[in-house]
Amino acid sequence: MTNEQMTNGKMENDAVEEVTLGAVFASKAEERVSVASNWKLVWWRFRKNKLALLSALVLIAFYVVVLVPDFFATQDPEATDAKLAFIPTQGLNLFDGTNFSPWVPAVVGKRNPVTLRMEFKIDETKKVPIRFFTEGFKYKVLGLFETNIHLIGPQDPQSADWLYLFGTDRLGRDQWSRMMYGTRTSMTVGLFSVILSVILGVLLGGISGYFGGWPDLIIQRLIELLQSLPTIPIWLAMTAALPQDWRPEQVFFAITIILAFIGWTTLGREVRGRFLSLREEDFVLAADLAGASRLRIITRHMVPAFMSHIIATSTLAIPVMIVSETSLSFLGLGIRPPAISWGVLLQEAQNIQTLALAPWLLAPGIAVIIAVLAFNLVGDGLRDAADPYGH
Amino acid sequence: MLRFIVQRVLLLPFLLILFSVIVFWLVQAPPGDFLTSYIANLASGGSSIGAEQVEGLKRQFGLDQPGYIQYLRWMESLANGDLGLSLEYQRPNTELIGERLVLTIALALFAFAITWLVAIPAGIYSATHQNSWLDYVLTVINYIGVATPNFMLALILMWFAFSNLGLSVTGLFSPEYIQAPWSMERVVDLLKHIWLPAIVLGIAGTARLTRVMRANLLDELNKPYVVSARAKGLSEWKLVWKYPVRLAINPLVSTIGWYLPQLFSGSLIVATVMNLPNIGPLLLRALTQQDMYLAGSILLIYCFLTIIGTLISDVLLALVDPRIRMEGV
Repeated sequence: MTNEQMTNGKMENDAVEEVTLGAVFASKAEERVSVASNWKLVWWRFRKNKLALLSALVLIAFYVVVLVPDFFATQDPEATDAKLAFIPTQGLNLFDGTNFSPWVPAVVGKRNPVTLRMEFKIDETKKVPIRFFTEGFKYKVLGLFETNIHLIGPQDPQSADWLYLFGTDRLGRDQWSRMMYGTRTSMTVGLFSVILSVILGVLLGGISGYFGGWPDLIIQRLIELLQSLPTIPIWLAMTAALPQDWRPEQVFFAITIILAFIGWTTLGREVRGRFLSLREEDFVLAADLAGASRLRIITRHMVPAFMSHIIATSTLAIPVMIVSETSLSFLGLGIRPPAISWGVLLQEAQNIQTLALAPWLLAPGIAVIIAVLAFNLVGDGLRDAADPYGH
Repeated sequence: MLRFIVQRVLLLPFLLILFSVIVFWLVQAPPGDFLTSYIANLASGGSSIGAEQVEGLKRQFGLDQPGYIQYLRWMESLANGDLGLSLEYQRPNTELIGERLVLTIALALFAFAITWLVAIPAGIYSATHQNSWLDYVLTVINYIGVATPNFMLALILMWFAFSNLGLSVTGLFSPEYIQAPWSMERVVDLLKHIWLPAIVLGIAGTARLTRVMRANLLDELNKPYVVSARAKGLSEWKLVWKYPVRLAINPLVSTIGWYLPQLFSGSLIVATVMNLPNIGPLLLRALTQQDMYLAGSILLIYCFLTIIGTLISDVLLALVDPRIRMEGV
């Protein structure tokens, strides 16, 4: 036996040992898998996808802002001061030298002798100290109790030096604070319209798939009709038809309904397909033979079987809604000022001259991109995880 | 298949009539009519018109008639190939829409061509060089491309060109060609300008298509027929192009059905931001001014384009896939 063969033999022995050990682990893992609930399996597969997990954290952060935008805002989003227009972004520094002591550079204004306009510059030499959990304007947390504590603010609230993390717009309104409120509107519009789409889609798709016959025929033709409508022009025509004197909340709900009006069709199709294939499954027949009612079969046996798919699909539908809302508002036909959404904020950046003067007005667009990216990554992760026995 | 297409074409007029009802109902739904906003505009300009004049205008535009009469009048002129009269511009809608429609279609087709020319090779490269650094770079670009709204990309590009190069990249023509009649030079000038909005319009679709192409091709590359062809000594290049790519493209053809309509309606936003002489901005203005026949006609044109887009995809699918072509023969 040559040296090489000996090592080979040894390696084979090791391999055998590894296989048996591996088999033990595998059987244990299999046991764990076979008794785990569907949701557990989905979660196990989902958490393996680190990028999706990270995106989920980003989304949670976004929705925390949705709950208490006032806490993250530094100023009243409606407070205007034309004298403080177009203040540039102040970069937040966390460390002063080596000590943890957050500060922002001060802003100095100078009147341009030619245009007579105030022009603001960042003065890196002058530091404005920043503290966390400072006092500011009063607000109500979730409409329950009143407080004036904000996440971040200048150390001395009475000082003349204010904090403009993302600069100001043409009316001197603080962009950062406005973005916090815009986050609330835009993220909820997306969520609500998808929830509405899911309800419509599951209901109508379910009826279509479970009963078949003429209800199926009607719903399918309706879906085809809605899907052959040009989405953006029809949305525009619908939002243009909203009365001008509606209150912001009314407009908000109308936009949600308008977005869901076409959005449910894709989900409806998918639910119908699932119902059609599940109807033939043994466990549905078993439930039927056991005397379960139709409603019980649908809600207890069929819906849970494809719920994870529905959740994955609707997660992927939310970013589409967010982009649609932002685009409509950007064109001036969605959410209307004084309500604030990302699209409303981006309207300020419509003019190229303004944009050249104040590029920080594009910041809400970055928020849109991050939110949409995170939703897409989470949605992809969920979709892959929704098929727990797949691999 | 021929039967299927004929069926679809025969269905087209019925669909359009149905859509025309929906569209008309939508454009006359806002409270008030064109005259209310017209008078309000005049009032804000400091001038006013008398009550008799208002009545006269009302009668002239048929705004004093009930809704269904207005609809029937609109339908009557549509049947004569006439899109009615714009209330605001006091010009035939056909004239207003004409050239803008050509530019809308041209822009969408350009974006479509760019999408396919970029997405197919990029998808093939990503699939055949899975996990290479360029594959990763393409994946990142794809994700960001899908996540960036059209208008945002347009704004960023415009801002970049303006502040760094001092260029204004709006419009589809150089100033001297905007009003010029069509000529060879004007077409060349159009080609010089159209590619940027076309890229902006097509980027999200390109990203999505690249991902689909990559996934489809990866599925095909793992199949036994590829292994056996490789074992027989077929060169890699020939092998990939001859079989798996052709199979992977088939599902892509069916995406044309939603992609072309999406380009038509998406061009509205890009056109508004980049100030393109498209039917999009015209629709936006018509909607806000309640110029209802103009808005209705443009909406109907969008519906028509959407249906045609779906039809084209069905025909193409039949052309590339014999299994569908032979169905029902």
